[in-house]
Formats: sequence, C-alpha cells, structure tokens
Amino acid sequence: VVHADRGVVIVGAGECGGRAALELRRCGYRGSITLLGDEHHAPYERPPLSKAFVRDIAVTPALVAPNEAYAEAGIDLRLSSRAVSLDCSHRTVVLASGETVRFDRLLLTTGAVPRRLDVPGLAGDTVLVLRTLADAMLIRDGIGSGARLVIVGAGLIGLELAASAAQRGADVTVVEASQRVMSRGVPAEIASVAAARHRAAGVKIHCGETVVRAERESAGVRLLLSGGGDLATDIVVAAVGVDPAISLAEMAGLAVDNGVAVDDQLATTEPRVHAAGDCCSFPLSIYDDRRIRVESWRNALEQGPLAARNMLGAAERVSSIPWFWSEQHDLTLQVVGLCDQGTKVVRRDLGEGTFVLFHLDGTGRLVAASGIGLGTSIGREIGIAERLILARSQPSIAALQSSEFSLKKLLRD
Amino acid sequence: VAEEWVEALPVDEVELEDVVRFDFGERSFAIYRSPDDTLHATDGWCTHEQTHLADGLVLGSLIECPKHNGRFDYRTGEAKRTPACVNLRTYEVRVEDGVIFVKLD
Repeated sequence: VVHADRGVVIVGAGECGGRAALELRRCGYRGSITLLGDEHHAPYERPPLSKAFVRDIAVTPALVAPNEAYAEAGIDLRLSSRAVSLDCSHRTVVLASGETVRFDRLLLTTGAVPRRLDVPGLAGDTVLVLRTLADAMLIRDGIGSGARLVIVGAGLIGLELAASAAQRGADVTVVEASQRVMSRGVPAEIASVAAARHRAAGVKIHCGETVVRAERESAGVRLLLSGGGDLATDIVVAAVGVDPAISLAEMAGLAVDNGVAVDDQLATTEPRVHAAGDCCSFPLSIYDDRRIRVESWRNALEQGPLAARNMLGAAERVSSIPWFWSEQHDLTLQVVGLCDQGTKVVRRDLGEGTFVLFHLDGTGRLVAASGIGLGTSIGREIGIAERLILARSQPSIAALQSSEFSLKKLLRD
Repeated sequence: VAEEWVEALPVDEVELEDVVRFDFGERSFAIYRSPDDTLHATDGWCTHEQTHLADGLVLGSLIECPKHNGRFDYRTGEAKRTPACVNLRTYEVRVEDGVIFVKLD
C-alpha cells in the first residue's frame, strides 16, 4: 500500500506519534518513516508533568521508548522540526526551516495547544501554561517553598498542578470561572471531594470568578478578580484547556469538526492521511456514533498504533472507551466512559470515603463509571465497569450499590 | 545465588481468580490463584510505575494494574497492554500442607 521512496511521515512526536512510528515497524513495514517533532525531546510521557515531575525535582521524564530505539528501528526522528504547511495534492509537508518532506502516507498526531489568557495588564508571556516538558520545567523552577502561585482554571491539569505545588510548599490559589471544579467530565459528587481535600491542604479555590485585570507590582503581579477581590502572586499559570492543533489540516482542506474529523478507522477525508490522539474527533459506536475528541493519555497511546496498523491496511475500528485518571494529593480519581451519556447514578461505597458512581442510561445500560479514593482503591471497580460498559451490560442496581456483592460476578452473567 | 523457598501464606487466603500481596524483607510479590485453581507469583510492583499489582483486577489469566490499567499475563509475566511493556518477573510456587511457598533466587 505504501511506496517506500516517499514512505510514511508522522507529524507530531508525542506519545501518539512515537508509538505509531514504532508500531509501523513492529507490523513489518519496511519503507521509510519520518517522525517530526517540534519539541527537542524524543517522545515522552506527559501525565507526570503536572504530578510527580513538578512535585519532586529529582524526577526525570519517562520516555515512550529509549532514545536509541528510533534509530535502531530505522525511524528518522527529527526533533525541533515544526511542520508549517501541508499540501495533500503534492503530498508534501514544509518545515519551519523551509525544507520540504515528501510522503506517501501521512499521520497527523499534532496534539493540542494550551489556550492562553487574555487579561488586560498581563502580557501573554508572563502567564505560564503546562503542556510540554519545557513548560513543566519553567513551572517547577518557580514553585519552591513560599512562592505565590495563581492557577487560572480548575480542570484536571490546574488541580493536579495545585496539589503538586502545595506539596512543594507553594502558596496556591485557584481561580475558576464555573461554579465548581472539574465541571467538564467529572461528576459534581466527586469534584466536591477533591475540592475539600485541596482546601484541607491549604489550597484556596475561588469558583465563579475570572481575572479581569492585572497590575504589575515591585515583586510579581496583582490580579483583580470579577468578584472584587484581588490576589498578589509571583507566578500565574493558565490551565484553561486546550484546542486541537488543526492548522495543517485546515490548510490542506481536510474536514475539521472539533479537531481533525476522522472516521472510526482514524482516516481523514483525504485518502492518504490519517489522524490520531488529541488532535482528532472520531465517532464512537458504543455511544451510537457520537463524535468525540478525547484528551487523554490512553487515547493517545492506543490510537497512534491503531492508526499505524490501518495505514498498513488493517481496517481496525476504534473500540475502546475513554478513560482517564487524576492524582490530587493522596486521592486518585478515575472516569471510564462519558458520564453525560447517563441519566441515573448509582453509588457504591467502598469505605474510608472511597466510592464509585455508576452512570446508567434510560434503558438501564451502564454507560460510564467514575470514582475517587485513596491511592489505587477504586482501580478494580473501574476496571470491571469498563468491561461491563463494553459488553453493553444492564446490571442490577442492587448489585452495583452493595459492596457486599462482588462486581466481578456481573461479568459472568 | 542460592535458591530459597520461603513460606508466603495459606492457600485459602487467596480466592479463586484473585491476587494477594506478600512481602518478604525488602521484596514484595503478588500471589495469584487462577480461575482453574493454579497458583502463581510475580514481582509485586508494576513494571511501568510504582504501583502494587495486588490492588489490581484479576480476570482469567490477566492482572490489570489499578493505576494505569497496564495488563500482564501473570502465568508468564508477559506485558499484554500498554503502558506496560516490560515483562514481570515470575517465581515458582508450591503448596505444602495448605501453605504457599515461593522460590526466590
């Protein structure tokens, strides 16, 4: 299917692109593989950047594969090589350096770009974001003991960073525009447990407020809030979400719909081009082909290899359901499936404040599960729930509720 | 290095299709009982990040890490799903008078 002279070009050397490149070789593809990354690091795991990496200055980034693995696999890993344009009719990608790279098949794993804050008085470059290793290093250097840190946005990244910085001894305040923390994708019952834990650890959280203006001070800045209050701080981090990186796709005329629009095999509207990971939206059959875009690690590490296999003709469909976890202080939360697919919630208490919520649709089918607890205490329940969701199971509510009843038995029904 | 069989725990402390943690000195293991009632032992800590597999989910011959959902075949130690890609070490086990012994190396 693939002509070796031009070969495969992968734009984006994150977890998704890196794993895709390695998978092409694992599947026996013998043509050339060019993996283009705009950062100057080989593919690494991003999840620790808001957690262990900023919490502990001794932590080094975990690589997706050892540096030498790419050369050994005959993969041309080109770092600090940003793609700036794409032409599908000539099958070329142009790099920021001006160089043109030709492809027979292309995979877009361009990821997502952090949204910036637009606050009068606050120059864009004085506000940090957290997406890359370079971003995390800047933040890590600034949040030592006693540093004042304001995080705008109480989503997963904002709250994970808040917890990590508080553990480093920083004085942390979180400002969130909506009425509660983690309003996107995490049920209120779980979010409130996390918020209480943050407050107990000394993190201040202001919900329903925005930063309206900033004033420079001799040391740091003063942020004026919509509620009338103000916060003096040394560092401001914007954690207000990301946008899919779609500029190349738009330039080349690919269909875009909350990300590069792909089908259930990750093919774009252009025959020789696939897309995977944070940058693409895809239909998910378990939710009646609802089109979603998923910003999670597992999605990246599964879709990259899946796209690679399909580029070689496998015709495999996306079948796994979204899953993510978050660590904040000593708590871990996990969500599998999309909670908003459900209309009824059943709670299962596991003791010591740990609980799991099962989200059922109008027919009683399990469509999602979410939970929070100390350490890894909810892992088993979420793992079982994932399989019940995939099996389109309609479990008994009594069985879900009672921790006396083994959930595992439901898998055998 | 001398081989050493160490006493772990009574068989009836491990349910069918389940896993229990066993610590010995500085080392930690996970001891499994398969659905067809065979016993197995592996290193306790997931090879991806420091998470104990005994909190994980056993289904058939697989153990799923409770933190990032990596999967291993606990009979062979083989990594079966990312992020796990380094195999787990496995250890021989035997039962005497209803007690599980693990062979260290």
